[in-house]
Amino acid sequence: MNVTLKVWRQSNSQSKGFFSIYNVSDVSEEMSFFEMLDMLNESLVEKGEEPIAFDHDCREGICGTCGVFINGRAHGPISGITTCQLHMRRFNNGDTIIIEPWRAKAFPVIKDLVVDRTSLDRVMMSGGYVSVNTGGTPDANAIPISKVNADEAMDAASCIGCGACVATCKNSSAMLFVSAKVSQYALLPQGMIEKKIRAQNMVDSMDEEGFGNCSNTYACEAECPKEISVSHIARMNREFFKASIS
Amino acid sequence: MKLDAKIPEGLLAEKWTNHKFKINLVNPSNKRKYKVLIVGTGLAGASAAAALAELGYNVEAFSYHESPRRAHSIAAQGGINAAKNYPGDGDSIFRLFYDTIKGGDYRSREANVYRLAEVSNNIIDQCVAQGIPFAREYGGLLSNRSFGGAQVSRTFYARGQTGQQLLLGAYSALVRQMNTGKVNFHARTELQDIVVVDGQAKGIITRNLVTGKLESHAGDAVVMATGGYGNVFFLSTNAMASNGSAAWRAHKKGALFANPCFTQIHPTCIPVASGSQSKLTLMSESLRNDGRIWVPKKKGDDRAPGNIPEDERDYYLERLYPSFGNLVPRDVASRRAKEMCDMGHGVGATKLAVYLDFEDVIGRNGKNWVADKYGNLFDMYEEITGENPYKTPMRIYPAVHYTMGGLWVDYNLMSSIPGLYVMGEANFSDHGANRLGASALMQGLADGYFVIPYTIADYLSGNTGGFSDTSASEFIETEKGIQDNIQRMLSIKGSQTVDEIHKKLGLVMWENVGMARNKEGLKKAIIEIPKLRKEFWEDVNIPGSSNSMNTELEKAGRLADFLELGELMARDALEREESCGGHFREEFQTEENEAKRDDKNFTFVSAWEFKGVEKEPVVHKEDLVFENVKLTTRSYK
Repeated sequence: MNVTLKVWRQSNSQSKGFFSIYNVSDVSEEMSFFEMLDMLNESLVEKGEEPIAFDHDCREGICGTCGVFINGRAHGPISGITTCQLHMRRFNNGDTIIIEPWRAKAFPVIKDLVVDRTSLDRVMMSGGYVSVNTGGTPDANAIPISKVNADEAMDAASCIGCGACVATCKNSSAMLFVSAKVSQYALLPQGMIEKKIRAQNMVDSMDEEGFGNCSNTYACEAECPKEISVSHIARMNREFFKASIS
Repeated sequence: MKLDAKIPEGLLAEKWTNHKFKINLVNPSNKRKYKVLIVGTGLAGASAAAALAELGYNVEAFSYHESPRRAHSIAAQGGINAAKNYPGDGDSIFRLFYDTIKGGDYRSREANVYRLAEVSNNIIDQCVAQGIPFAREYGGLLSNRSFGGAQVSRTFYARGQTGQQLLLGAYSALVRQMNTGKVNFHARTELQDIVVVDGQAKGIITRNLVTGKLESHAGDAVVMATGGYGNVFFLSTNAMASNGSAAWRAHKKGALFANPCFTQIHPTCIPVASGSQSKLTLMSESLRNDGRIWVPKKKGDDRAPGNIPEDERDYYLERLYPSFGNLVPRDVASRRAKEMCDMGHGVGATKLAVYLDFEDVIGRNGKNWVADKYGNLFDMYEEITGENPYKTPMRIYPAVHYTMGGLWVDYNLMSSIPGLYVMGEANFSDHGANRLGASALMQGLADGYFVIPYTIADYLSGNTGGFSDTSASEFIETEKGIQDNIQRMLSIKGSQTVDEIHKKLGLVMWENVGMARNKEGLKKAIIEIPKLRKEFWEDVNIPGSSNSMNTELEKAGRLADFLELGELMARDALEREESCGGHFREEFQTEENEAKRDDKNFTFVSAWEFKGVEKEPVVHKEDLVFENVKLTTRSYK
């Protein structure tokens, strides 16, 4: 099949970006979306032009490195997958595909489709952990945890930190990302001890980094490649509220 | 050069305890005087950075990723082994040790492997304390499953995302230390070379991947946890950026490279679909617990799998290995799949695949049960292939997955350059000629949390600490060499892209240094690879400049190293005139086509010394001594 791409190009964080149009032919439907971009990049290099920079690594939907807006949707038209898992069989011959970077104040563009998401790391630094040192921990089976809680904690913990929730939110809020971590630990006895301070610190840090507030549109849940539920946001709000009154 | 592995004296089970008592310590208030440079922040690097910072050392950590959470450790699916014996099925530290030594086909060190088994239980305790949501039973206790090469259930898991959860655990410990200021993390920063001052590793030169700036960093020790080199084959299950450059550049600075030919080919990957394929995707080995592997008995049978009756199917692993069945170790399962396809029993469009069938288990336990256990893997498969594995069997084929070889290290994980430590997949030490499933996560965390924090003190205590002189001539010369090399690459402006040359290298490697090797093919590879190297240095085309983000330049630097490393792999494979584990030499096999070891002549580690790019390397041998296990022919029948 043949497709037309409108791709955001921007040389660096200071320069002004623009859309470039590329026609890509001989795309097979077995190709992944990124393999199609690889093919385009190879042809650009052959012409001596700079290839389109985009973040990607594992190409199996787990490292969270990739993520672009495709036709106005984070990670493209299919729910529950990352950009690298998207295959060209989801497109049709003659389609025009618009590709943009994540757009959020807290995610400045580095180059083309590559953005800086280190703000998420700084939020994690403020409290995304259980304060235990290495060694001297009790036997793993000393603390039984109900399967229901462990499973729900795992649902939250499956967040890959790609930033799709932020990019898709009209307020650029990181509530789904932050709440997934707060909720994971709040559900487990290991994390319970610091749950108040964690909720407070992580929410404060999120605000400092320039992420917006939550206005309950649930766009984040709809676009999360790991389908993390907004019920974690509700749990974080409860933890945050409890922490602020006690 | 005399290789001293520094294996402690005494009984196997007491070596580590005795060693920890005998080695020198750095007193708590002196630890802050030392700075440790850690390159790579996957499982091994992140856990080491966190553990060392908790102890009070100053840590500078470096990753070419934007965040430590992106490392490829995250992609490990199936689980992590430990000798907890929670299921009460006869496991013990000795059994885990024994299975790992045997699984590695008796080409690893007893003392290292025993230590690994010994600390495995601490890892699980640590991870649970960090809040990692491992799978649990309804009673609230941890759940286990079984993996290839073992007859006990000792694998702990978090759905099909165990690597992710363990890496995020180590990452959480790391960000906690970043918050205290004890760890300074350098994102999007790639190692270019190590700096050796007076024979000791004292620093590194890095390149900022956003600005292109070269930077010098000095410290009192350098720890590399930079992963494996499977991408030398171009197509592998490794992440796109995974590379062997850090290890290779340290090798060129004097670190010996051990067993480079020991490569693991994983049996359950999604087969190659087209020529534009950029990487291969693994389907967790845990699927072999419940899936049955088969091919049609009739050669070239083109019927849909559902139309092939039961008696016309060959469940070849169950037939050949009745006691282990579908759970034979990876090297055996891979080789048998290749053999079936070579004989004409392959399935799918390319005929380079076998079936992994879940019909029986779905019939027995229901679709929901299967979905609960493997749901994400089934979804992943469907997204890539467009086929629904609940309805039609998966098609799988072996792919390059892991490299057991790596930089040579002693019992303390120190390389042959004093002050340079190597951990995780980047070293060679624990898996011999074949790694068992769920052991990579175990080794990464063992090295990072429970080995290096002890052993590094023994070295540091001999130094005064506080080395910070990046104006030393060694730093300036090393940086100049890197700068020149980058400019040389950029100035070629030839006619081929980096990937074009990489694909050619991959093909030479896969055909000659892949799953089955022979003298003729290996000799051919040793002639072909230098030709490709020449092609690269005369004809590669890298657009852009060195002072901004330039992904082609990054790839080119990594490929330049693969073009040298690949040749060493072929030389090592040629020298090792036996078959063991993942190294299968067609000339050395039993009548039943199993690997035939030559214990009399090859019970050693090959540690290669670099002599120059176009010069023959020199091999040093570290004899492996087995006092606690009897070397037997591996049998999984």
